[in-house]
Amino acid sequence: MMTRPNRAMMRELEMASEAHTEEAGLVFHPMDQFIVKPLFGDGPVGMFTITNVTLWMGITILGIFALLVLGTRRRAVIPTRTQSIGELAYGFIYKMVEDVTGKDGVKYFPYIMTLFMFIVFANFVGLLPMSFTTTSHIAVTAVMAMAVFLAVTILGFVKNGAGFLGLFWVSSAPLALRPILALIEIISYFVRPVSHSIRLAGNMMAGHAVIKVFAGFAAITAIAPLSIVAITAMYGLEVLVSFIQAYVFTILTCVYLKDALHPAH
Amino acid sequence: MEGDIVQMGAYIGAGLACMGMGGAAVGVGNVAGNYLAGALRNPSAAASQTATLFIGIAFAEALGIFSFLVALLLMFAV
Amino acid sequence: MATETHEATTHSAATDGAAAATTHDAGHAAADAAHGAADAGPGMPQLDFSTFGNQIFWLLVTLVVIYIILSRFALPRIAAVLAERQGTITNDIAAAEDLKAKAVEAEAAYNQALADARVEASNIVAAAKADIQAELDQAIAKADTEIAAKSAEGEKAIAEIRATATAAVKTVSKDVAKELITSMGATADAKTVTAAVTARMKG
Repeated sequence: MMTRPNRAMMRELEMASEAHTEEAGLVFHPMDQFIVKPLFGDGPVGMFTITNVTLWMGITILGIFALLVLGTRRRAVIPTRTQSIGELAYGFIYKMVEDVTGKDGVKYFPYIMTLFMFIVFANFVGLLPMSFTTTSHIAVTAVMAMAVFLAVTILGFVKNGAGFLGLFWVSSAPLALRPILALIEIISYFVRPVSHSIRLAGNMMAGHAVIKVFAGFAAITAIAPLSIVAITAMYGLEVLVSFIQAYVFTILTCVYLKDALHPAH
Repeated sequence: MEGDIVQMGAYIGAGLACMGMGGAAVGVGNVAGNYLAGALRNPSAAASQTATLFIGIAFAEALGIFSFLVALLLMFAV
Repeated sequence: MATETHEATTHSAATDGAAAATTHDAGHAAADAAHGAADAGPGMPQLDFSTFGNQIFWLLVTLVVIYIILSRFALPRIAAVLAERQGTITNDIAAAEDLKAKAVEAEAAYNQALADARVEASNIVAAAKADIQAELDQAIAKADTEIAAKSAEGEKAIAEIRATATAAVKTVSKDVAKELITSMGATADAKTVTAAVTARMKG
């Protein structure tokens, strides 16, 4: 229903010239918001081109800077509102890392905090109207998921040597079942980065696309109020999902890290 | 003509793929409902299991997202 | 799939041609061009591999910047603030406990003082009682002695009176007896009369 039939229609209409602007009354472009385009000019997107990705990632950085650096600049013992939000985020992730990975996982806390802050801010910033959601792109989430996956795997082998392979050998299961379980464990281990990345990107993309589809219905006067109500409801859900997905990404990172540090099943 | 048939198949497939979301909905409902049932039975242990709840919901939801992704791929990428 | 890509390329060529040839609507032509650029790859922007390098590059830059911000400035500062607050709270709790101990001490001292005062008061009462008792005793003793003295005096006086009375009676009875004897006509021997009277009086 989206671009392709519309395009085919346009092609025909271009022959018929005039009437085509009226025809485009109910047009859905739910995926247009995800297009990466250069910020200046109209050239191709090279590796170092300054694009909307750059802009919104920069805004993400500024948001984090504002919350965690400017918000805490007074170092007050009795915190201001911004400072307590920053402290809340710190305590939240610190406790998560400590609870899930144990005491020896705490030294990886800054990396996990980096991931969490980036994702949660990118998700929230992406909820602003007219914005671009960087975390809705598989390229972005896949890099983070692969980074986590590789880091955890390398760390597991460095810390435990071959003992890390014990993760796949379920010693509590009957001996006959172990090879099968090992196969399943290995598959699930290698699927981790895929599900890890697609979960985040898919959630972000899905919510934004659905909002955009509802927004497309607003063009019809009769159902416009319903559409606005639906957009509001979806937006509320998306705020929740934005946070939960960041939380889930982070806690799964912690779980994987725990596997690397304590591979015993 | 051939392209139209491919297109048609892709759209039908996208529609079918959306059924997967229903499964994810059932799964998420199951996780949350069982959590609530357990939490009401033993409220003191509920707070310690919220992380598990979210992980479970995330896993169940991810599969629905996969079906949604398949639908999107069929609609836009095939 | 092959026909699809073929169709896409012919289509974009056709659009370009159409846009160049007809130039009917400037706004639409621009939108269409943008659309054509976006649709150059697959329909989903997420699968447009030509932008992957760009996104990954900026993502890495962003993550490194965030990491530096967090590890250099934000996290140590927040950790310090939290530690300081923890310290303050611990200190405050210690101070509160100190004060509580002091309060308990003060209460104990108060109770002690109260008990002391009570003991002292009862002591004073006891002492006063003892004093009064002693005084009373003394007074009683004095009174007793005085009474005893008085009664002794009285007895002495009585005894004297009695003695004088007895003597008087003796004399009188002697005299009476002598007179009686005389009046009866006999001569009264003073010695015999006295002896007889004395014997009588004894008896």
